[in-house]
Amino acid sequence: MIEQTVFYFFAGLLLLAATMVITVKNPVHAALSLVLAFFCSAAIWLLLQAEFLAIVLILVYVGAVMVLFLFVIMMLDINLTVLREGFSRFLPVGISVAVLMAVSMGLVITSGRFTTGGNYEALKHAADYSNTRELGIALFTDYLYPFEIAGAILLLAIVAAISLTLRKRPDTKTPKVEKQVAVHRAGHVRLVRMEAEKE
Amino acid sequence: MTLTTELALLAPEIALLIMTSIVLVVDSLYDNPDRVLTYKLSQLALIITTGLVLLQFPEVSTHIMSGHFVSDPMSAILKIVLGLMTLIVFFYSYDYLLEHELLKGEYFILMLFAVLGMQIMISANSLLTVYLGLELLSLALYAMVAMNRTSAVATEAAMKYFVLGALASGMLLYGISMLYGVSGTLELPALATYLGAQTEANLLLVFGLVFIVVGLAFKLGAVPFHMWVPDVYQGSPTSVTLFIGTAPKIAAFAMAIRLLADGLQPLAGDWQGMLIVLAVLSMAGGNLIAISQSNIKRMLAYSTIAHVGFLMLGLISANQTGYASAMFYVIVYTLMSMGSFGMVILLGRNGHEADNLDDFKGLAERSPWFAFIMLILMFSMAGVPPFIGFWAKWFVIKEVIAAGHLWVAALAVIFSVVGAYYYLRIVKLMFFDKPVQMTAIKSSQEMRMVLSLNGLAILILGFMPGFLMTLCIEAMGF
Amino acid sequence: MFGFLRDNVWSPLAGAVLSQPYDGYAVYLLDVLIKIIVVVACVLFTFAYTTYAERKVSAWIQLRIGPNRVGVFGFRMFGLAQPVADGIKAIFKEIIIPTRASKLLFVLAPILALGPAFAAWAVIPFNDVMVLADINAGLLYIIAMTSLAVYGIIIAGWASNSKYAFLGSLRSAAQIVSYEISMGFALVCVLVAAGSLNLGDIVNAQSGKYGFLNWYWLPLLPMFYVYFVSGLAETNRLPFDVVEGESEIVAGFHVEYSGIAFATFFIAEYTNMILISILTSILFLGGWLSPFQGIPVVGAPSIFWLLGKTALFLFLFLWIRWTFPRYRYDQIMRLGWKVFLPITIVWVVVTSVMVVAKVPPWFS
Repeated sequence: MIEQTVFYFFAGLLLLAATMVITVKNPVHAALSLVLAFFCSAAIWLLLQAEFLAIVLILVYVGAVMVLFLFVIMMLDINLTVLREGFSRFLPVGISVAVLMAVSMGLVITSGRFTTGGNYEALKHAADYSNTRELGIALFTDYLYPFEIAGAILLLAIVAAISLTLRKRPDTKTPKVEKQVAVHRAGHVRLVRMEAEKE
Repeated sequence: MTLTTELALLAPEIALLIMTSIVLVVDSLYDNPDRVLTYKLSQLALIITTGLVLLQFPEVSTHIMSGHFVSDPMSAILKIVLGLMTLIVFFYSYDYLLEHELLKGEYFILMLFAVLGMQIMISANSLLTVYLGLELLSLALYAMVAMNRTSAVATEAAMKYFVLGALASGMLLYGISMLYGVSGTLELPALATYLGAQTEANLLLVFGLVFIVVGLAFKLGAVPFHMWVPDVYQGSPTSVTLFIGTAPKIAAFAMAIRLLADGLQPLAGDWQGMLIVLAVLSMAGGNLIAISQSNIKRMLAYSTIAHVGFLMLGLISANQTGYASAMFYVIVYTLMSMGSFGMVILLGRNGHEADNLDDFKGLAERSPWFAFIMLILMFSMAGVPPFIGFWAKWFVIKEVIAAGHLWVAALAVIFSVVGAYYYLRIVKLMFFDKPVQMTAIKSSQEMRMVLSLNGLAILILGFMPGFLMTLCIEAMGF
Repeated sequence: MFGFLRDNVWSPLAGAVLSQPYDGYAVYLLDVLIKIIVVVACVLFTFAYTTYAERKVSAWIQLRIGPNRVGVFGFRMFGLAQPVADGIKAIFKEIIIPTRASKLLFVLAPILALGPAFAAWAVIPFNDVMVLADINAGLLYIIAMTSLAVYGIIIAGWASNSKYAFLGSLRSAAQIVSYEISMGFALVCVLVAAGSLNLGDIVNAQSGKYGFLNWYWLPLLPMFYVYFVSGLAETNRLPFDVVEGESEIVAGFHVEYSGIAFATFFIAEYTNMILISILTSILFLGGWLSPFQGIPVVGAPSIFWLLGKTALFLFLFLWIRWTFPRYRYDQIMRLGWKVFLPITIVWVVVTSVMVVAKVPPWFS
């Protein structure tokens, strides 16, 4: 009973937050609503005893991705009136896409593949069952190949991002650390031997 | 299947990734002038990986890595072609990049990553690996298009490519998720088995199929999902256009075969209709719009769209010989496309892109030999016998007729006649018009040699199409 | 202690009052609630006296006396009642909301800073059995909660409608995200070494006949250092306090805050400090294990060892603050990305090799 209450609480909050993401006017508020939405879905995962996924969702999406998102949104001066201009014009297209998506999602859910034979209880595991360990074993055995490809994609993303953004700008005054460290006394200090003067 | 044998079959991919990492480290730590070392090492990487494919040419189809990876004759042939093509692309691009001050070590590294992605797509045996390989390829291509930061056109092209490409990936992923939702499996053969066992039509499957075909059409650049092609072809540096216009077509073909033939063959009745529509629209749209182009890169982009239509014609018969004809077509097309963009690169000079049709005026006077090569390329593209391009069209149309779609075959012939107009116009410009300027063509010896070989290959293969066709049919399991 | 209270006090009490069965939800909830209150009360008490210690230590370092006036009923007691006076002052001060500030977020920000700081304490074990929530993924949970701390700061900076506050919050966002990565990798090393994400298991894995030589500070020495220094950066303490940077951007993200709202940020910062200290003790210094394991009496594990180690690190926090000058911003970034990150990644490999090779005495 308690689990159901918790579920409906978080599910309701999730829907509310998700709606806010697209309805609130201020982009920062929208991003924060998205954070709330992530949080609620993490809570729902926790209810399903998928603690690893829940925590990683918070760690990666809330803790890192959304922070950078906020970082960018806050620095941009977004003109909302321009963004909202075409709203009524594109509304029919948007609605038809939404209906299409909803219908196909409905078909997926009612296809009979996602029921557990009338028993809607989440899987219960023993207390010493470790989600993290099971996921790790799956990733490094059956899904090793896709996992490694994903690693290559991340490496590529780093290379691509750096090659697109890194440029040498001669006009900035960035200190060259390697030069600072390599400084020797000889080039900068001259010892002068002076006799003490007497009057 | 022991781990050692699995790793041995994976060796080309593993070697390529290791070599790419080595190139990356060497390039960032070792400040080599003009990136000569990076360039040479990248070529070495391609030679090694292609060599490894050749060394263990598979006779049978083997599924390894828990069914995510397949090694079969088709994958080996496509990987070898891919490796050779990229090697030639490297030859063509180096001087161009040097001359246009775009040379960066990352260019070659991104290209190697793209090749890795394509190899993964070619050998993909599950929905997951198809998608991951595609992402690896696309991400590298987006970055390569955007590499010329100072050019507004390139940035716009990169933006369009990225947004539409991401949309297409999303579509594909959505379709994949539906198929997974219905069948409960990611492996393509298992998916085919599941679908084969279904007796009644499932609306959801058709939904998933539509999304997958749309995703494929986006990536191939078929009408009406072709909007990005002309802008990207025109906006990117020509060396990048050269790459995008060649190797990824092979990967896209492999992806189509893996998804449609390996995984969704039981649904062939559904996707054949979609492909016919896409193919006819592409041939019509591509050929008609290409006529009014004055920029040769843009013209070749529309010609690509038209050729993609032909490629799809090969798939609609949904049988092995049909697939073989499509494979023949894609290999021939990449060869021709590479030569054409190679010519554009050859004619370019310091800071100037020879991407206007006027740049080809009177080429026969400036350099009769290269005018001849271009003539071969254009005749072949137009489908004039005896060049190889004719045979490619011939085999495809034969398959279409065999499959009973007579009117589609008729349309294909009509549109290739329409298309011949703009290819032959270039020949006319080269041989019968006065040159706009008489500057000598300046390029390295290797570039001239490889380009000449490229052109002659089209001529020679045209006299012996049987060899390549046998190879393709063998690849398809006959 | 908790178990005793539940069995002998709360359960009978709840049984009598609510006429519920022995281990019904009500008892369970009450039990958890009481535990939470006890932990929070202890943390708040420690917070209060850490501020006092901060002032005393700084005074000692700078050859001053520090707070020594406030006492109870005329007894000065070295100023021990100072934190109470500070608290009362903060509560009665007005919270000023700047013009055109985003009111909701302005008020929400301190709560968002405080919430995760306390939430992380849920999985901290104080000894073998004394832990609020003994979950399997404890270490992950800690990383997740500490990664949330940044929200309070960036929202505060943005909602204040002030450029100094905003600059502070931007600095903070970049800094915390950067150091979180090396911190996470340091924790990965601990995870690999202990083979568990459960904090209790991690402590027990460090037990052995060599006492303090068995603890992970030795095989994971670079990580021990990286973790603590990253902890300094995560809590925005000197020498990484560019987020506040009094000399550049007045007080950074909380420049517009006053009264109890400001005090809430203060509590969050100190709670995080205490958290980092206790975590460093648990992960690298064997938690409640005695350094003299094997010797009678002093070799017994006890909560006091843990508290003593925590106090040591807390003192280190204060000592560093009053000793080192502030880093320049680009130096902070360089340290995080170009020094710590490579070290941690290399050490993940080294640790894995040590675990696979079963290097004694830690991994045999």
